[in-house]
Amino acid sequence: METNLWRLLLSVQPSRGLVDEKFSVRVQNAPPAHPLTMHALLHSEDGDTWEAFGHYVTDSGGDVNVSEDPSLGGTYDGVEPMGLLWSLRPAPGSRPGLRFRKRDAQTPMQVRLSVYQGHQSEGFMDRAVLASVMVERWYMAPGVRRVNITEGGVTGTLFLPPGPGPFPGLMDLWGGGGGLVEYRPALLASHGFASLALDYLKQADVKNEYFEDAYRVLQQHPQVCKNRIGLVGLSFGSSVALKMSVYSNVIQPRCIVCVSGSHIQHVGGTLADIFADIAKNQKKTRYNEENQVIWRDLLLPVPTDLSKKVDVGRLQCPLLLVVGEDDQNWPVPESADDMREMMEGAGNSHLLTVLSYPRAGHLIEPPYSPHCRAGTFMAAGSRKKFIALWGGEVAPHSRAQEDAWRKTLDFLRENLYCSAD
Amino acid sequence: MSWRSCFYFLRAAHKTLYTLQEQLGLLGRSGIRPSSTMAQTVTPILSVLPTRGLVDEKFKVALENLPPRFPVTLHSLHQSEDKDYWEAFGYYVSDDRGRVTVSEDASLGGTYKGVEPMGLLWSMHPVPGSRTGLRLRKMDVQSPMVVLISAYKGHAFEGFREQPPLASALTERWYMAPGVQRIDIREGGVIGTIFIPPGPGPFPGVLDMWGGGGGLVEYRSALLASHGFVSLALDYLSPKVAVADDQSLVYFEKAFNIIQQHPQVIKDRVGICGLCLGASVTLNVAAYSESVSPRCCVCISGSHVLPAAKSLSYVINDGYKHMDKLLVDEQNRMVWRHAILPITTNPDEKLDMGRIKCPLLLVNGDDDQSKATVESAEDIAKMMRAAGNEHLLTTLNYHDAGHLIEPPYTPHFRASNFIIQHLQQKVLVLWGGKTKPHADAQEDSWQKILSFLREHLYPCPSSSIPQAKL
Repeated sequence: METNLWRLLLSVQPSRGLVDEKFSVRVQNAPPAHPLTMHALLHSEDGDTWEAFGHYVTDSGGDVNVSEDPSLGGTYDGVEPMGLLWSLRPAPGSRPGLRFRKRDAQTPMQVRLSVYQGHQSEGFMDRAVLASVMVERWYMAPGVRRVNITEGGVTGTLFLPPGPGPFPGLMDLWGGGGGLVEYRPALLASHGFASLALDYLKQADVKNEYFEDAYRVLQQHPQVCKNRIGLVGLSFGSSVALKMSVYSNVIQPRCIVCVSGSHIQHVGGTLADIFADIAKNQKKTRYNEENQVIWRDLLLPVPTDLSKKVDVGRLQCPLLLVVGEDDQNWPVPESADDMREMMEGAGNSHLLTVLSYPRAGHLIEPPYSPHCRAGTFMAAGSRKKFIALWGGEVAPHSRAQEDAWRKTLDFLRENLYCSAD
Repeated sequence: MSWRSCFYFLRAAHKTLYTLQEQLGLLGRSGIRPSSTMAQTVTPILSVLPTRGLVDEKFKVALENLPPRFPVTLHSLHQSEDKDYWEAFGYYVSDDRGRVTVSEDASLGGTYKGVEPMGLLWSMHPVPGSRTGLRLRKMDVQSPMVVLISAYKGHAFEGFREQPPLASALTERWYMAPGVQRIDIREGGVIGTIFIPPGPGPFPGVLDMWGGGGGLVEYRSALLASHGFVSLALDYLSPKVAVADDQSLVYFEKAFNIIQQHPQVIKDRVGICGLCLGASVTLNVAAYSESVSPRCCVCISGSHVLPAAKSLSYVINDGYKHMDKLLVDEQNRMVWRHAILPITTNPDEKLDMGRIKCPLLLVNGDDDQSKATVESAEDIAKMMRAAGNEHLLTTLNYHDAGHLIEPPYTPHFRASNFIIQHLQQKVLVLWGGKTKPHADAQEDSWQKILSFLREHLYPCPSSSIPQAKL
């Protein structure tokens, strides 16, 4: 049937959603049993192009409902309501080692969703589109306020939920890449937590007191419940979270979430000491056949010496560990096993919850954003760029992100909103 | 319209909202901790999903982490572009798990009752102490309506500003979907705004006309474009346009052609939608134009009782001439419905509906106090039956709905201020309708209008002949 004799209707609801909200994508008014390709296109702030696609066949009514119908192939297959987002990957011809990260948390990701005739797998930019719509994906809900923090020498960004408060607080710590990463705290604020993104790797010799100062800034904010503060960390940020919670008298979180973290670190010094210690094991760096860097062995074997790992037996608050079993960057599964053993020995393992995901990698981020198996990495303060192997396979990793995020929010709500004083 | 200017609008909207929260004392300033009986212990969590929706999308409002069986009031607050405040509220009691789910639980009182997922929007009314005769209309469609939803302790019906809420959330309601383009039209004397859906097209088109209040009202067109129709909101009554004394339909035909000739419009799939006087114009064009043929027409709260060969200004003035039939009720509100009653039997005083050649959808409220639309619809059916084209007609009559049947989930007002253009006189007009039935009518009719337009304007693969009825 000639396409100029019919016009299909493409709709996405909601057309403006939070990054972790599901959407419903529908095609109507096409001929029955007709092959179509659903396509997603995203331009990053750096000008790179990301795309995803799925092959569908319309039903007897001429409809496709992405939430209910299976994709028969493409960058994802099966019934995957959000596949068009989580399976986004750099378009052919892109620079290598790309990772999708939104720097400006106040503006939305803009995704163009389109329908193409037949089952296409490439050359989308050269083909005629049957229909397309724009979809916005926001890290910030309406009314969330973004506040620059510069007091007391602390550099960070505080995101406050709308409303009078007071709200539970979160200190959000990213990994060894450094910088001020705002999108996750913005999203956490959209879920009711006053969240502080902390820039802690600006200087190589950051003191432990820096984190205590930041914690105090958060506690003292008039809209934050000072006794209801948690820590959320990813990668090296998890190491910091564990270290501070056990050894600092000032930082007494009500709960901790450690994503892709390890307790293995030089104890009793500053972060610089930890980095120096890791650097000593450089020779344990491995490379895969694509010359991507595998760093997980640098912390192995798990030490028995308590000066080389955080004594999690001393933890006094609930701890949620999120583990990707295919993590090639850090020995997260081994660390989680050791932490469990230590806590069982110390009698505080009732505080521990471990979420372990087969075939998920290191970068377990908020859901429905693209997975990066290997990407460019530059340690803070260094000029040397590597392609680090993070690990994980697209579909299992994306499922892990969705499940872990939901459970993380439940854990934070339970410990910071619901529990009695 | 660039994305940059879009974000400026959004920031401005957030600024308004920030100001709104400040004015309501909802923000703690340094050193001043907002007081709350819940203080540092349990705080409820209020969520509205989606956080940003189209005006006709439903949302889910939920409250968690309350004590069990706890009375709360859910409250909505909006500040209009005219700076008036509108509010709605419903009384709830949390379940055993400390939750309130608005889409499933019944409101026990307030501005709406029962299980009403969207009650916090459609039952809004001006806050006590407001100016009278207000009507809520969004004139800037490129920014959203921002609504503050809050939860208060207990069942309150006033004094919302004096006590701090337990929790608040903000939601945005948009007339324009992302990617919809807005273009000013100033072409060949035609004044209007065209809205184009995202995507390559081509799309069907709709000429969209409002009523005798005049001006350029864009929101319905913006929403139609968000549903895949190229829509032209037409200004046909302001002095700039000077069409009022034009006896022919040329202005409307020109506007129709502008849509047809747009490179992204399917030429033979352009319809017309009108409300009130706009509906009368729609019928006039559909019946008498020799150069344009709409593929289908939607007439909301309209009538065919107007002399065909006369100009618009004649028609309008003529209406006001029947002063003996224009009532003023005990609250000084103009009741205009009797002006055309009884429906004339003189064929020169009404449009010949036997000349209609396309599917026609009439949407009316039987409590319309401004125009005798139900009686007109009956007469239209009679005329079409006699002429043999009744198969083209579909009529939707909504019990206890009034005159202003608008897109859903926007507030109902039984009367409001109205300026009689050519007299420059401000009066209070009774539109009619009871809030809940009127809100239901808006929700139902909008879905049916969209289905009707899709059916007749979107070429569908199963047949190339449009079906006449819904």
